[in-house]
Amino acid sequence: MKDISTSIPKVDGLEKASGAAKYVSDIHFEGMLYAKTVRSPISHGKITKIHYPKLPSGYTIIDAKDIPGKNYVHMIFEDWKIFAEETVEYIGEPIALIVGEDKTVIEEIAMAIDMEFEELPAVFDDQLSVIDYHYVKGDPHQAFKTATQVIEKSYDTGYQEQAYIEPQGFVGYLENDTKVTVIGSIQCPYYVKNALKVALDCDDHDVRVIQAAVGGAFGGKEEFPSLIACQLAIAIKKVKKPVKLVYEREEDMLVTTKRHPSKTTMKAAINQAGEITAIQAHIGIDGGAYIGLSGVVLSRALINISGAYAIPALDVSGDVYKTHTVPNGAFRGFGAPQAIFAMEMFMHHVAKTLNKDPYSYRMNYLAKQGDLTSTSGTFRDPILMTEMIDKVKQASEYDRKVECYTKETSFKGIGMSYFLHGCGFTGSGESDHIKAKVKLRKDAQDQVHILIAAVDMGQGAKTTMMKLVSHTLKIPLNQVTFAAPDTDFVTDSGPTVASRTMMIVGGLLNEAALELKATWQAKQEQVVIKDYQQPDYIEWDQETFTGDAYPAYSWGVNIVEVSVHPITYQVNIEGIWSVYDVGKAIDERIVLGQADGGIAQGVAYGYLEVMQHQSGHLKQKNMTDYIIPTAVDMAPSENYLIDNPYALGPYGAKGVGELSLVGGAPAVAMAIEMAINREVRSIPMTPEKIMELMNDE
Amino acid sequence: MNKIRFTLNHQSIELETNPSRRLLDVLRNDYQLTGPKEGCGEGECGGCGVLLDGHIVNSCCLPVGSVHGREVITIEAFSKTEQFNVLTEAFSYEGAVQCGICTPGMIIASQSLLAKNPQPNEMEIRIGLSGNLCRCTGYNMIVKAVQRAAKRGEGLW
Repeated sequence: MKDISTSIPKVDGLEKASGAAKYVSDIHFEGMLYAKTVRSPISHGKITKIHYPKLPSGYTIIDAKDIPGKNYVHMIFEDWKIFAEETVEYIGEPIALIVGEDKTVIEEIAMAIDMEFEELPAVFDDQLSVIDYHYVKGDPHQAFKTATQVIEKSYDTGYQEQAYIEPQGFVGYLENDTKVTVIGSIQCPYYVKNALKVALDCDDHDVRVIQAAVGGAFGGKEEFPSLIACQLAIAIKKVKKPVKLVYEREEDMLVTTKRHPSKTTMKAAINQAGEITAIQAHIGIDGGAYIGLSGVVLSRALINISGAYAIPALDVSGDVYKTHTVPNGAFRGFGAPQAIFAMEMFMHHVAKTLNKDPYSYRMNYLAKQGDLTSTSGTFRDPILMTEMIDKVKQASEYDRKVECYTKETSFKGIGMSYFLHGCGFTGSGESDHIKAKVKLRKDAQDQVHILIAAVDMGQGAKTTMMKLVSHTLKIPLNQVTFAAPDTDFVTDSGPTVASRTMMIVGGLLNEAALELKATWQAKQEQVVIKDYQQPDYIEWDQETFTGDAYPAYSWGVNIVEVSVHPITYQVNIEGIWSVYDVGKAIDERIVLGQADGGIAQGVAYGYLEVMQHQSGHLKQKNMTDYIIPTAVDMAPSENYLIDNPYALGPYGAKGVGELSLVGGAPAVAMAIEMAINREVRSIPMTPEKIMELMNDE
Repeated sequence: MNKIRFTLNHQSIELETNPSRRLLDVLRNDYQLTGPKEGCGEGECGGCGVLLDGHIVNSCCLPVGSVHGREVITIEAFSKTEQFNVLTEAFSYEGAVQCGICTPGMIIASQSLLAKNPQPNEMEIRIGLSGNLCRCTGYNMIVKAVQRAAKRGEGLW
C-alpha cells in the first residue's frame, strides 16, 4: 500500500470544475422569497424612530420584535445583537430584514423606511478596553532591572478582508410549521445550530443546518454566518416560506468580520553580552463594536508573541478595544499573524540595533525540543527548524542574494521569517468547550459513511478524511462516503477552524476506523462513535496563561524576494520559497495547495491589501478597491514539506491551514526593508508608506 | 420589443426580455445555468466568465442585448468537450481546484487563452488568467495546470 502522503485526485474536483457543485446562490426552492437587510447609516446612536411604509401584499418586515428567543448571536459573550434594538453601534449594523418575492420591490421598501437617530459620540481609538489579559514567564522584572540596554519598538498592522470569492449567504425553509432548515456557506454547522436554538428558543430537533458547497471561507465563515442564519430563520418562521439571503460583494465587504488591526509595542532587555534576557510586549487589537471572538483572537496573539523562539522571560499583556466599527473576527491565523509580524520584525531590529547579523542572531533564539514555550509549557516534540532553514536558504540562494542586495540601496531585497502555529484550540478549549464527537457508520452493503461536522471549504477535508478512513480500513476510496455535513445526521465534531480538522477530528476518525476494522462484520450495519480525550500531558491554567497552550505545534520558514520600483515604489514579488513541518501530510498535493495559497494571503497582507475606515466608514468596499493578488502579482513559489510525525496525530499529522499564512507578512516586510534600507514597522507596506519612509531622511 | 437571438450552448435562442439585463442573470435565472458564478458583480473576479464567440467575457458586465447574433458557451456545454477533459485532468493533477468557486471561470479563461495561443509561456498564462481571481491558491498550481494542459492537449487548440 502506498504511503498516505501520496497524492490522489480530489474527490470533488470534477463537480467543481464543471460548475455542477451547488453553492448557496445556486440553490432554488419553489415559491422562494428574497431578503434584504436594513442597516444603520451611523456609527453610534439611539434609535428614536423607525417608521415602516405600508407594505404591498406578500412583503414582510422582520426586526428585533420578531425574535422568539434571545436577541444575541450565541457565541462566547451575549453582546452581538441579531437586530439592533435601542442603539446602533456601527455603520451597517442590521436593524431589520425585508422579505418578499421581487428584489426591486424590496429595494423600494428599503428606500421608503423612515429612520431617525440621536447620535452619540463614536469611539475609533484605543480608549475602551473590553478585554485585557496579562501573563508572565520567568522573571522579566529582574531581567529589565539588570539590563545594560533596553530596545523598544512599536509595530502596527491593518485590516485584512478574507475576500473569499463566494459571498456569504443562506437559503432556508420551514417544515411542518415548526422545523427550520438552513443551508449555508459555513465553516461551523453546529455553531450555527446552537445560535439558532437560542435565537428561536426551540428544541434541538426543530433546527437543522446543512452545508452547501463553500466558495472559500478563511475564517470569515466561522462566526459571522450565525448572524445571518438567525435573521433568516426568524424570517422563515414568520413568513412560512423558503427565503434566500445572499450578500452582494459590497454588502459582504462592508458588514462582515475582518482581521483585527493591531498595535504592538515590544521592549527587549539586553545584557552585557548583547543577549536578550526578557521581552515585554503589549498587543492592542481593534475588536469593533461587539466582542464576538476577539478575546480568543487576543489570547492566541499573546501566546504567539515569542513566535518560533524561546525567550527566557516574558511580560505579555494585551487589550481588545471596542470601537464603533464593524466587528472584527476570525481570519486564518487568528491573532498569530499580527503577533508573528511584530516579533519577527522586532528580533530583526534588535539584531540590527546591536550591530549583529540578524540571521544568525535570530537563529540563536529558535526554540529547541525541551525548551519552555511562551506560557511555560514544554516543546515536547522534535523541532527541525535548522534543517528546514537550510533547505529554503539553499533553494533561494539566500546568502548570495543578501550579500548582493545589502550593498547599496539596491531596491532589491530578500526576507526570511521563522514561525510556528499551535494546532487546535487554545488551552483546554478542545476538552472544556468543543468536546468533539465523531461517528462512522457502516451500512449493510459495507459502505462506510463519515458522519462529522467538518466542512470542506476548499482545503480538501472531504478528500483527506475519505482517504484517511479508506487507508486505515484498507478498503477502496469509493467504499467510503462523506456527504456535506447535515446536523440531522452528523455528530458535533466541532468547528472547521484552528487548524484542528485533521489533527483532532481526523485523529478521532482514525481511532473510529481502527475500531471498526477490529470489529468488522461483513454485511452488517455497524456504528462507531469516538469522543475527544485530552492528552494526559496537557496542563493549562486559563487564568494565568500557564502551561501547554497547544497539544502540538507546526513549524515553517518563508523566504520572499522583492524588487521595489525606484520611482513609484511599487513592490514586485520576485520569488517565494517555503518549507513546513506539518507532522505528516495526509495528502502532499493538498498540503502544498494550502502552502501556495496561505503564503499568497500572508505576503499580500504584508504589502498589498489595504482596508481603512474613516469615522467608521470603510473606504474599500469591493474587489476594485480592495486589491487581492492576481496571477501576475504572485511569483512562482517553491514549497517543501518535511516529515516530523506527531505521535497523537493520525499517521503523524498536525495542523496545516493557518500555518502557511502567518510567515508571509514578516518575510515580505523584511525583504522590503532590505530593498529600501529603511526600518519597516507597519503593514501593509504600500508604495505610499515606502515613500514616507524614503522622504524621512 | 425586438427579440434577442443568439446561440446558447449550441442551441438557437429567441428571447424577449429587457436587453439591459445582465447576461449572468439571464443564464442563471432563465436557463438555470448556475456554472457561471457571481463573485463580485463588477467584472473583477471572473467567476462569471463565459465564452462569447470563443473569447472569455464577464457575463455580470454584459447586457444580454449585446449577445444578439452571437454565440455564448457556458461551462455546462464546455464541460462536454475534449478540451475540458484535458484541462480538468491537468487542474486535478496539479491541485488547481480548491473551493471551486473560481474554477469554472478559470477553465473558461484557460480555454480562451489556449484558443488564441496554444503554447503560452508562463507569463502569458499569468496574464491570460489575470482577469480571474482565486483566493485559495497562490495561482502557481493553476499556472502549472494550464502548462500541463497545453502540452498534453497539443493539437486540440
